[in-house]
Parts: sequence; C-alpha cells; structure tokens
Amino acid sequence: MKLTINGAVKEAPDALSVTGLLEHRQVKMPDMVTVELNGVILERGDFGTTVLQDGDRVEFLYFMGGGRE
Amino acid sequence: MNLSEQQIERYSRHIILPEVGGKGQERLLAGKVLLVGAGGLGSPAGLYLAAAGVGTIGIMDADVVDLSNLQRQVAHATPDVGRPKVESAAEKFRAINPDVSVRTYRERLTADNALDILRDYDFVIDGTDNFAAKFLVADACHFAGKPYSHAGILKFDGQLLTVLPGRTACYRCVFKAPPPTGAVPSCSQAGVLGVLAGVVGTLQATEAIKFLLGKGELLTDKLLVYDALGANFRKVPLRRNPKCPLCGEAPAITELRAEAAPVCACKPGEVCPV
Ligand SMILES: [Zn+2]
Repeated sequence: MKLTINGAVKEAPDALSVTGLLEHRQVKMPDMVTVELNGVILERGDFGTTVLQDGDRVEFLYFMGGGRE
Repeated sequence: MNLSEQQIERYSRHIILPEVGGKGQERLLAGKVLLVGAGGLGSPAGLYLAAAGVGTIGIMDADVVDLSNLQRQVAHATPDVGRPKVESAAEKFRAINPDVSVRTYRERLTADNALDILRDYDFVIDGTDNFAAKFLVADACHFAGKPYSHAGILKFDGQLLTVLPGRTACYRCVFKAPPPTGAVPSCSQAGVLGVLAGVVGTLQATEAIKFLLGKGELLTDKLLVYDALGANFRKVPLRRNPKCPLCGEAPAITELRAEAAPVCACKPGEVCPV
C-alpha cells in the first residue's frame, strides 16, 4: 500500500500497524515519536492495534528542544 | 497615542504598508511581549521586536553569556562573555530603539513566578532551551490565557507552533509530557546550525507582530517544520486533542506545577554550554 509519511509517498506492506510502520521505517527512538494519523494524534497505547490503510497520511513528530538537556 | 515625527520616519516602512499603517504601528508600540530565554531564539526575536517598535519587551533568563553561545545567540557579543544575558540583551534592544521599554528578569520561569510575570504581557515567545521549561511555558500560558509561540531547534531542523490557549491545539496536544532526561539529544550534545536559531526566532517574532497587529493568519493548529538541509518548510495540520492532559476534555493538569527539575548536563562549577 501507499502511505504519505511526513509529506512523501512511501510504499509499505499491507495491514501494517503503527508499531509495525515504526519498525518498517526504522524510526529511531520510537518511544519518543508522536504519531498523527490523518490529522489525529494517536494515543501511544493504540499504536499496536491501529492498522494502517492505503492512502493514510502519517506524520512522525519529534521532540525538538534547545540548547540544553 | 500620537506618533512623533521621528517615529513616523523610523517606522515609515511599516506605516506605508496598508496592513500596518499608523494605527498598526501604534498597536505595536502599545504591545507587550515576553521573551522566555535570551538565547538562540530569544536573541533574533527580541532584536526584531525592538526594531519593529514593540513597546514593551520583557526578557527572562538566569544565565550568563558563554563563549559557546556566540555562534547563534546574536544579541550577545564577544565583550559580553560572563555578563548576565538579560543585561546584554537589554542593552542591544535599547540601542536599536529607545522607544522600547525593556524589562529584565534575571531568573528562570518557575511554577511560582510564572503567572505573576505573564499577567503583564500580550504574547509570549518560548525561547527556552530544555523540555521542562518548554512544558512549563505551555502550561503557564494556558493557565494565564496568554497566546504564545512555541519553538524548538536541533541540528539542521526547527519547528514552531503558535497557541491561543483554549482555542487552538497546544504543545501538550502534540507532545503530552517531557521526554525522559537524556532520551532526546540536546544541541550541546548533537549540535545545531547557528543560523537555524535566526530563522526560527524571527518566525516567532513574526507571529508576535501579526498577533499584535491582528493581521494575517497565525501559525495555529499547524506545526511548521523547517528542514534546513532540504531547504524545505512543511506545515503539519494539527487539531486540538480531546485527550490533551492540559486542554482536553478531562485534563489531568489542573494547576501550574513544575514538570521536572531543570536538568543540566554540566559538572558543578562549569558554565552551561547552552
Ligand atoms: Zn492541548
């Protein structure tokens, strides 16, 4: 299936969960990523059970701090 | 308020804009913006706000200028190393524009002082350098009902979001809670391209000015993500999260409190390389 991930169309295996997509895309520090699916911020606890569909828009959003910490 | 002849000349490039005009310039002169942090983001934001004639600028920062700050914290110069950042920045802002009343707070924003200080301002610019502080700014602005510009920078990337508390998606709608200390690298660990602070800080100043003027579309309900290496700006649409712990339907956070003790990677006696 085709997903739009952070604005770019990417191919992904069918019936993938959000957790599966984080692995498939080799996202670093998946525990630190906020995932927005079709404009809605997902609860972290739903990553495993949310199954993606062709045409979904996924945004991986990252913490960005500043000088310290 | 009547603009003097000198002011009409100083702000002529603003006044000639139909969206600003004399009335808009007067709104800027009556405007009050608080910079939380006088570092990478607060420096360019404050310099432009002062130049624009924002009448009152508050600067809050507890730190002193360190040599490693000068790569991006453009309100500070080499002779300022060792001086309190609020003093150094205030001097520059006043030199650019004597119309501006600069107030300095040589302290950190805390759950105890935040609401008192924020009360006096129209708009807040989050130029803080750590997650505990960013969450505190978001929470304090929520409880004070003050609009703010959130921003973060790291390596070659930056992102920002304007929040009108209770009306548009907030920082916690997206990022529920601070990451564990050390889980996300900092600029001092991972580096940051200095000019990113300028790009993102001036965007924050633009948001403050648009807010004061009441013109244009604010960067609300969208996260602007800037990728300097890819020369790419993207707006990620956001909406308020009903499960937001701060502004959601059943918020877990009902009063202002410190999220976590400020964490500093420095050894005792070392100057913070922020
Ligand atoms: Zn929220």
